Amino acid sequence: MTMLQILWFFLIGLLFAAFFFLDGFDYGVGMAVKTLAHNEAERTQLIRTIGPVWDGNEVWLITAGGAMFASFPYWYATLFSGYYLILLVILVGLIIRGVSFEFRAQSPMEKKPRWDNTLALGSLIVPFFFGVMFISMIKGMPIDAQGNIQAHFFDYFNWFSIVGGVALTLLTYLHGLNYIALKTTGAIQARAQNYSQAFYWVLYLGEVIFALLLLFQTDFIKVHPLSTLLGLALIVAFSVLAHANTFKNRNGWAFVFSGLTLVSLVALLFSGLFPRLMISSISSQYDLMIKSASSSNYTLIVMTIATLVLVPCILVYTAFAYWIFRKRIEMPRVEVR
Amino acid sequence: MTIVNLARFQFAMTTVFHFFFVPFSIGTVFVVAIMESIYVHTKNEQYQRMAKFWGKIFLLSFAVGVVTGLIQEFQFGMNWSDYSRFMGDIFGAPLAFEALLSFFIESTFIGLWMFTWDRVGKKLHLFFIWMVVFGTMTSALWILTANSFMQHPVGYTIRNGRAEMVDFGALLTNPQLFFEYGHVILGALLTGATIITGLAAFQLLKKRQLSKENTKVYHKTMRLGMTLMLVFSVATMLMGDLQMKYLIKEQPMKFAATEAVYKTTGKQAPWTVVGIADTKTHEVKGKIDIPVMLSVLSYGKTTGSVKGMEQVNAELKKQYGTTIAGHKMNYYVPVNTLFWSFRVMAGFGALIALCSLVGLILTHKNKMTLYQHRWCLWVMALLTFAPFLMNTSGWLITELGRAPWTVYGLFTIAQSVSPNVSVASLLISNIVYFCLFSSLAVILIGLIVRALHNDPFDQAAASAKIMDPFAKGAF
Repeated sequence: MTMLQILWFFLIGLLFAAFFFLDGFDYGVGMAVKTLAHNEAERTQLIRTIGPVWDGNEVWLITAGGAMFASFPYWYATLFSGYYLILLVILVGLIIRGVSFEFRAQSPMEKKPRWDNTLALGSLIVPFFFGVMFISMIKGMPIDAQGNIQAHFFDYFNWFSIVGGVALTLLTYLHGLNYIALKTTGAIQARAQNYSQAFYWVLYLGEVIFALLLLFQTDFIKVHPLSTLLGLALIVAFSVLAHANTFKNRNGWAFVFSGLTLVSLVALLFSGLFPRLMISSISSQYDLMIKSASSSNYTLIVMTIATLVLVPCILVYTAFAYWIFRKRIEMPRVEVR
Repeated sequence: MTIVNLARFQFAMTTVFHFFFVPFSIGTVFVVAIMESIYVHTKNEQYQRMAKFWGKIFLLSFAVGVVTGLIQEFQFGMNWSDYSRFMGDIFGAPLAFEALLSFFIESTFIGLWMFTWDRVGKKLHLFFIWMVVFGTMTSALWILTANSFMQHPVGYTIRNGRAEMVDFGALLTNPQLFFEYGHVILGALLTGATIITGLAAFQLLKKRQLSKENTKVYHKTMRLGMTLMLVFSVATMLMGDLQMKYLIKEQPMKFAATEAVYKTTGKQAPWTVVGIADTKTHEVKGKIDIPVMLSVLSYGKTTGSVKGMEQVNAELKKQYGTTIAGHKMNYYVPVNTLFWSFRVMAGFGALIALCSLVGLILTHKNKMTLYQHRWCLWVMALLTFAPFLMNTSGWLITELGRAPWTVYGLFTIAQSVSPNVSVASLLISNIVYFCLFSSLAVILIGLIVRALHNDPFDQAAASAKIMDPFAKGAF
């Protein structure tokens, strides 16, 4: 393993963490459109909170995919062909969700509910199936000597992966609620805060089950006891901190901590995998390793230079966009035509 | 139904559909940016209304372009995992750069542009739209860098059973990229200009009372659009001509197929205007020839023989062998598709150039001749659909003409496919995509028609009250 390979493994993890932190709340808000808002005006208010920024947030996912292709082509090939139908569902979710913003804005009033539905459905599908994918991945998949996954239904869907899917969905939902509480005023803000306070109790239960399954169904605790326990501790600690801040009306902190919960989850998964990329349930000699699945050193250098130049620029104008849209969104007064 | 056939069908379907919207949005956002620039420069409010009005069409096309692009990024891994393993070292980097340099800019600045009319200074707002233009254009540059490598590999070495990058600069200075990017981007700008002009003509054709201001806006749109159409159609054709001359050397099979030349021609090659090639007997039936013309088109002089497909096939067999990875090789490409695609593409290109030139003459110095004749407007309106045919044709020539390779001379289509994906999975995904795309297309057309329902000036009045939820005062 070279330093560059480790760096890129870390960067892929960072890209996924950024995706879940930033786009995570977009999915939460998307689900909240059907579960939190009571009327058309409130639904519009919710969608406004993410209207200008969701697209940029989703690019972190596209970048993660592209960077995975570029830095670990064998990982990308194994993962994407092995999770064919799951990724198909995720893509459908991303597509119906992605078009719903613009289509809703330009649709007549009577057709807006249709786009609310696709927005909420897409926002539910994506985190759930990503959860299923990541958790079944760390549990181990039947990867053969050629690096191809030949899996059955229960390799993808089992108690552990479904708990993972639900947990990730709930985490993004809570992250979205905290964002709504931060970005809105009026009745919906109070409701978001109440929902958030209540759902954290469910999350704690989920976290306990998840931790137990992680300890018994993966080799994480055996391979990386320290980082695994630390990761679990951080997930719980950040959840508690976020929860506590919702009671104190500190919406900003609640949002930051729910984001950090997601980041810790990604950190836990990636540190547990290290120095592997994917775990073969057939034999550990078929595991996909960082050292053998990466691109050439030259490509990694080119990528590193480009990243070092471009990411600071991205952060600057992304921050600028958030600053421009920094105000809270009120409920629109005139809405129905 | 084999995995290769299904995966190829899926690639063709998703790419063609995606490529309806990519040139559409690259072109329209450019025209919208020009409109807003004129507004900022002249302070003429009509141009602001124009930019907002056509901006809505752009946003719709962009939304569909983005989500269909997601499929493209995923499907290399899903359907073509062995290709990804072979090419990831080179193909992934431009893809990642596209996200880092272009997608972030596009999506962030579109958000800023959409929601900050009246909230930031005019010049800053104009800067936002030009950043979007920059994003869309560099995005095309990166993806075509990857595609150019597949057409003409440079700066690589074969090591560990895969293509590894040794010279990134060579990828960017690939001569193939120069021609391909030039042709595609000019074609995209032509697409935007043609669509906006055509839609404006449709608006004028509507049999209802248009206010004086709205009429003026559409007239201005058409003048601007036709000017851009003329410039970009001529430029696209010139670039295409250069590209063809490059092809004669680099991909002679593709070139011979677009002209349906089976047997190497004599010194003075005739040009076949129309004809149907028989792929078994290697004869072209029902053809109309113009003497010497092919030599002129190919080399710019009256003499010069063009290599026929039979000779190219024999040469390629000699160079690359008759079997690759256990597959019997044959280097012919789908000749009739290429032949007719080329004629559709070039024919409509010439038609657009002609129509825009005539249109500009008929509207020169505030003359109303074009607008007074409904059939003239109909011609311009119907041209709206031409770019979609042209873009698809161009894409078919580029990709089908590369057969049987995914990476020219290095890796075949049969080698590229995912070995572990089942026919059932591919069938399911093909059906899902097909249904999804059909619905998206229907909804999109409906929404475009709806967006056109309100004219720029009525709409602005309406949106001030209710239409635009992000209007001033919302924050």
